[in-house]
Formats: sequence, structure tokens, C-alpha cells
Amino acid sequence: MLLIKCIFCGERDETEFHYGGELRDKRPLNPNDLSDKEWAEFLYSKRNVNGIHIEQWFHSGGCRQWFNIERNTFTNEITNTFNLKKQKITREKD
Amino acid sequence: MNNKLNTKNSYSIFSIIKGGFNKNSILDISISNKTPKKQYDVIVIGGGGHGMATAYYLAKNHGITNIAVVEKGLIGRGNTGRNTQVVRSNYLWTESSLLYEHSLKLWNNLSQDINFNVMYTKRGVFSLAHSYQEARDVARRVTANKLNGIDSIYLTPKEIKDYIPIINISPKVRYPIFGASLQKRGGTVHHDAVAWGLARRLNQIGVDILQNCEVKNLIIKNNIVNGIETNKGDIFASKIAVAVAGSSTRFAEMGKFKLPIESHPLQAWVSEPIKPILNPVIMSNAVHAYVSQAEKGELVIGAGIDKYIGYSQRGSFSVIENATSAIIELFPSFSKVKLLRTWAGLVDVSPDACPIIDLTPVKNLYINCGWGTGGFKATPGSGYVFAHTVANNEPHVLNEPFSFTRFESGKLIDEHGAAGVAH
Repeated sequence: MLLIKCIFCGERDETEFHYGGELRDKRPLNPNDLSDKEWAEFLYSKRNVNGIHIEQWFHSGGCRQWFNIERNTFTNEITNTFNLKKQKITREKD
Repeated sequence: MNNKLNTKNSYSIFSIIKGGFNKNSILDISISNKTPKKQYDVIVIGGGGHGMATAYYLAKNHGITNIAVVEKGLIGRGNTGRNTQVVRSNYLWTESSLLYEHSLKLWNNLSQDINFNVMYTKRGVFSLAHSYQEARDVARRVTANKLNGIDSIYLTPKEIKDYIPIINISPKVRYPIFGASLQKRGGTVHHDAVAWGLARRLNQIGVDILQNCEVKNLIIKNNIVNGIETNKGDIFASKIAVAVAGSSTRFAEMGKFKLPIESHPLQAWVSEPIKPILNPVIMSNAVHAYVSQAEKGELVIGAGIDKYIGYSQRGSFSVIENATSAIIELFPSFSKVKLLRTWAGLVDVSPDACPIIDLTPVKNLYINCGWGTGGFKATPGSGYVFAHTVANNEPHVLNEPFSFTRFESGKLIDEHGAAGVAH
């Protein structure tokens, strides 16, 4: 069971949270100009990292705020928590 | 000693009696430690059920025997030995039901084919419905199955109770039973027997099974793959077939293409052995739980995937707690049974819960992934169509819909909402 530190409420059980998937690329501003392949890549392709992973969680059973955490997907160790309003995390483009 | 008994002996009542008199075990499942050759016709990466079935059908249906099956760990230590052994084919959508039905038909004769008893037991698979809407959905799926020629019947709670006397059909519970579908040809197959049986057969055919052989990279020149770099040196092949489940994304990275796959932990657990009490397999999509009793007497319980991605082969306790409490409500007599152990496998989940079996953007590289939580039941069918795809450089008619391009065209096979939640 993960023990997740909500930036507003402190450490809580994983069951209070909703997993929101990996931190996504920005939604393309010009979807109409993209090819089907590019659009499918934005919609579906996953990094599926084995190691340090930045992901979105929603404290659905608590403050109902979204925030990001940095977790090692192999050891499940949570190494960092980000406040979306104060910190801008940009994922480098690959 | 093993070599003497090795390959030419096939199992029969006579060989067992003879072996008994000679004080020899005829159960020879040793996999010889081979040194890799320099060049193969096909390298199959991944020594799980799907990979070995692919090698088997490449030999059987397409006459290709110069094959290496490359396995990072040991045969039988991955998901093939970690699943809950359920086989069935009562899927809603035609594309998936035909693929799984093909597989179920192959299970029927697989023991004879590979001369190893995989213990396919047609004990019946129940899928319970816990609301009016779910009951309608189950009835719809039963009808869809019948139209596709798959045996499937709809049962009322009373009929379910006649079939399984220990089940609780009281309406006053959290998840009351409104009805169920039953596929009588569904059941269980012994997963370890599948791993060992296929490995033994491949040994007989002359396929090289290379264990503890980790692939470091693919050797790709001008977008054509012609070999792999491993910890046992470089190995070359004209074609490379990848069937690596949770590690699929790593191979896509090596080939510089992207996959819509996420790896999640999937948990299962068993109780202490008890006397035979539950014959069929009981599944419930609404509570994400299923249960069956193994031949040895343990109750085998499984759940849905853990929600977060993870490579740790460990899941969260809350998943075990949720599924077990639902199972105990369905079967109050199980409440005193103790659990012995729990474990997790690493499953590769695609956005529509259906596999991808296709060529890749790299020439001569083929991939079979995205089976999610339901791969075991498809082992022979998956190997059959993947072998066809590799040998002919084009998909079999059964796996044509399971292409990469379905995510671009939007022609998804949406089993998530239909039938493919619990397996």
C-alpha cells in the first residue's frame, strides 16, 4: 500500500486517492493540423517508465485537489511531491 | 540419465508403467543449457507461454525449426506461472471472441499435440451480474456469444444456486446476484504444465531455449532488425518476434517506436488447501474478483489490476482486502479459511484492454503485447496467430483487427466496458 503525502492534508492511505496517470505532454494547441498518427500518439502513447516517474494523483477522499508526485515505479518509493500552482514541471520532450 | 530418457520417449500409459519398473522418472522436463548459435531463422524474445507457443507453431505450422527462444530469467518463473489459470472465450466483441475461441479450441487438443497433460478441465466459468443493468449486459453478451457460435447460457439466481449450492443469493447484501452467464467449456488449465510441456516439446523439436539470456539491445541497421545484443553475446536472426508482456515498452524504445502500453501489478492469492467445495470458476466484474478451487484444494482468488503503474511485482493490500471481502460475501462458508500467500505479476495493459499482435515500424521485428490481465487463456491462440504473422510477414485473419493502426483509425475493440475486466 502506498502512503502518499498530499501537499495539503499530509500523509494518507493510497485508497483515499485517485491515480491520474503519468504527467502528460501539453495538449496540442492545433489538433486539426495533426495527422491521425500524431494525434493517436498524444492520446495513447505511454512512457511507461521503469524507474523515476512523475505522475498525477487526485485526493478524491480528502481535499479534492490534484497534485504531482515523483515515484520510483520499481521500488514504489515516493521521492518528491509537487504543488501544481507553485511549481511548473515540464517534461523534457523525447 | 536425463538424456537417455529424453526426447524420444513420449508419455503414454505404457511408458509410465515401464518407467515405474525401471525406477526411472519419465517426467523429464530438463531444459538443456545450450550455447547460442550465431544465426537463427527466428529469435523469439520472451520464454513465457506466448513466446514458447509462438516457437511451437512456427515449427508445427510453418516448418521453421531453426529458432531460439530467449528468456531473461528461467522458464516458468514469469507471468505464465503467476496467473490464475482461467480459460474461457465468452467475450462480447466478435474480434476478441473469435481470437479467444480459436485459443479455447487449441487448448482442447494441446495435451495430445505436445504430449504433455496440461490438465484442461471444463469446469464452467460463471460471470455474475450484480445490478439490473449488469444483468442486461450479461444477457446481451450471452446472445452475442451464441451468434458467434460460442456456448454460453444465461442463468437466474435460482439456477445459479442449483449449480453452486454454497453461493449466497440473498438480495440483502452489498452485491446481490441478479443473474450470470455460464460458459461450460470454460475452466482451468494447469499453468505450470503449460510452461513445462511447451518447453519439453520445443526441446524435442530442436528449438534452442536460452535461459538467463538478457537482451541488452536490438541490432538495427537502416530500420531493419537483424539481431540482438545479449549478455551471452550477439545473436543474429532474419526475424525477431517480441512477446515480453510487461517489458514491451523497453523493446519499443530499442526500436524507436511508441506503444500505448502501461505496466501494472496484478495480484492473486491462494488459501490453505481445503476439501473439494467449489467446482466452477466464479467471476464478478462489478467487484473485480474471481475465485476457483485448484486441484490441490486451494482457493485461488484474483482481482483487477492495481491502479498505478508499477514494475515491482507487488501490489497494494487494499486490492486484496476489497476482492476478498466480496468473495466472502458471495461464499460465507469461506470466511474462516486462511490465506497462505499472495503475489503479483506484471501485466501490460493497452487502452482498450485488447492485445496488439502486429508488425512493427522496424522491418522484420514483430510484437505481441498488451494482453493485460487475460493473456494466459490465449496462450496457444496467441502463439498460433503470431507465428503466422512472423512467418508470412502479414497478420492472420484473426489478429488483423489487433493492429497498431487501430489507435490511429479509432477502430478500437472496447473490451474494457464489455467483458474483459476480470479474467
